[in-house]
Amino acid sequence: MIEAVGLTKRFGAKTAVDQLSFQVRPGHVTGFLGPNGSGKSTTMRMILGLDRPTAGHVTINGHAFRELPNAQRHVGALLDAKAMHGGRRARTHLLSIAQLSGIPEKRVDEVLAVVGLQDAARQRTKGFSLGMGQRLGIATALLGDPQVLLFDEPVNGLDPEGILWVRNLMRRLAAEGRTVFVSSHLMSEMAVTADHLIVIGRGRLLADMSTQEFITHNSAGFARVRVAGTGPDGRDAFAEILRKDGARVLQEPDGALRVTGLELPRISDLAHEGGLRLWELSPHRASLEEAYMRMTRSSVEYTSTDDPRAQLWETDPLALPQWEEGPAAPEVPQTGFFAPPPPAATGGSGFLMPSEPGELAASAQNNPEASR
Amino acid sequence: MTVALPAVLNSEWTKIRTVSSTVWTLAIALIATVGFGAGFCALISSAFDSMPEIERATFDPTLMSFSGMQFGQLAMIVFGVLVVSTEYSTGMIRASLAAVPGRGSFLLGKLTVATALALLVGLTTSFVAFFVGQAILGEHGIGIGEENVLRAVIGAGVYMALLALFSMGVATMLRSSVASISILIPFFLIVSNLLSGFEVTRKYGQYLPDKAGSKIMQIVPDAMGRGETPYGPWGGLAIMLLWVAAAVLGGYFVLKNRDA
Ligand SMILES: Nc1ncnc2c1ncn2[C@@H]1O[C@H](COP(=O)(O)OP(=O)(O)O)[C@@H](O)[C@H]1O
Ligand SMILES: [Mg+2]
Repeated sequence: MIEAVGLTKRFGAKTAVDQLSFQVRPGHVTGFLGPNGSGKSTTMRMILGLDRPTAGHVTINGHAFRELPNAQRHVGALLDAKAMHGGRRARTHLLSIAQLSGIPEKRVDEVLAVVGLQDAARQRTKGFSLGMGQRLGIATALLGDPQVLLFDEPVNGLDPEGILWVRNLMRRLAAEGRTVFVSSHLMSEMAVTADHLIVIGRGRLLADMSTQEFITHNSAGFARVRVAGTGPDGRDAFAEILRKDGARVLQEPDGALRVTGLELPRISDLAHEGGLRLWELSPHRASLEEAYMRMTRSSVEYTSTDDPRAQLWETDPLALPQWEEGPAAPEVPQTGFFAPPPPAATGGSGFLMPSEPGELAASAQNNPEASR
Repeated sequence: MTVALPAVLNSEWTKIRTVSSTVWTLAIALIATVGFGAGFCALISSAFDSMPEIERATFDPTLMSFSGMQFGQLAMIVFGVLVVSTEYSTGMIRASLAAVPGRGSFLLGKLTVATALALLVGLTTSFVAFFVGQAILGEHGIGIGEENVLRAVIGAGVYMALLALFSMGVATMLRSSVASISILIPFFLIVSNLLSGFEVTRKYGQYLPDKAGSKIMQIVPDAMGRGETPYGPWGGLAIMLLWVAAAVLGGYFVLKNRDA
């Protein structure tokens, strides 16, 4: 159990972590989600007593980390995959850390095998890829067989197989009753790994709820409709019909319509009444990724601006025509379903919106109190 | 809080023996001290008869055989700095402190292991430098059994270890290889010698750690143009110890209070 109360960290004038209070319970994978620079690593360092909080405090099983007897047997952490002397071999690196708590040498070989690095054990770590570094960092965390585990962005640099492995490892550790606290800036990863989510932006708590709750709160349903034929006429006409019936309609780059606010049977009826055939009518959920971005947008540390390419501009003969509503955005393929592209940095209400403005936002956006 | 010191010693020993900088800094310390010492002894030996009367009268063959140490000690300083600062530059310090939250035991363990190793190499260096130097000096040399000679030879080894420890303390305060080395090397190579080189500044310069500490290697009190000092060999060593204690304490407070 990790408990933070009013945790605050300022670096000079910069507030990296701002009045953060949360609990991380055993038996669950708790995802710690936030954009780059939102204060995740700083929070993790404070949990481990590496950084001193400016205000507030954080305890592990009721003790400040620095007061834990034999800390490594209680808490294991992966902070930074590159935090090792490159000239040392993987096994001796682990051994030196194991010896700090009198952990037997045999355990070093065990954890090397657990993370799949037994063949690289005698390699110097400066030759390691980021993924191998992550594995070695995870091995370090596992050394003391601790009840509380912290992982800061463990999947960075891992290949898909490695990501799956980390995901299963986290779940297994939690299933054994351990406290598992994993940070990430990727919503999609946390949605499949974590049971519980703590979302922060600019050091502030934005949401603290179960993943299931987060999903139901934050993803709006919509229908994808494709009118028969390739020309825009039938599609435009049908979009008009749907709008008259109270739907909100957006057009997607591939020519399909994205309809919110109407049930599928109603859309089908309207098409029938209008004498139109449909090539597609399918139910979808807006991606969590987007909900997450909406939630954190106001608190994103490093927002990109559109590259104006002032000197480079020329008419693109292959450009898609501009639709009437919102800017067309490139398709972002994602497993399972069509994920909407990230909303444009400007024009807050750009792309996908629930039928009622604020319907989606009200549930969680920037409103941690209401969302708990 | 309560980490057993033997555990930290064990870990630090693993760390120190598995990086190459340990080997090359200590090897250079030994080779430079012995090599330059031998060279200077050879020069003096051939020019001995043409030296002024007063220099011949105060000739200190023991001190002479350690004359290479002004170069060898620089490698000792680099050793001391790197032992500490690579923890910071690599980020290893976070992994270490996440495993041993007790700053005191961590620093104590690290400094103990590194200083013990420096002492071992320092003593080896001083004995080898002494015997090589005396062999070259021949008739002008001195035997290890003469009065105060053994004290000077062991003292030279202790001096090297203390200098390494002083550097570790400074590096713990500054937490950077570049900053530590670019302060310590010019300090011991230039500033300290400049301050001791002039009559007006020498009364301050003689209290610097290297000047005070190296008194222990001297047999003849005002040997070879070195002025009289208000302290003896043991007093000089005590002054150096104060410097070392200040650096280590400073390092401890920085480690304890600053974010890692
Ligand atoms: N040691 C430090 N000194 C000054 N600013 C820092 C320091 N560490 C982090 N920050 C700042 O605090 C903010 C949060 O950083 P961090 O905790 O690393 O975020 P995250 O891990 O979520 O990407 C960033 O703006 C970062 O620049
Ligand atoms: Mg981070």
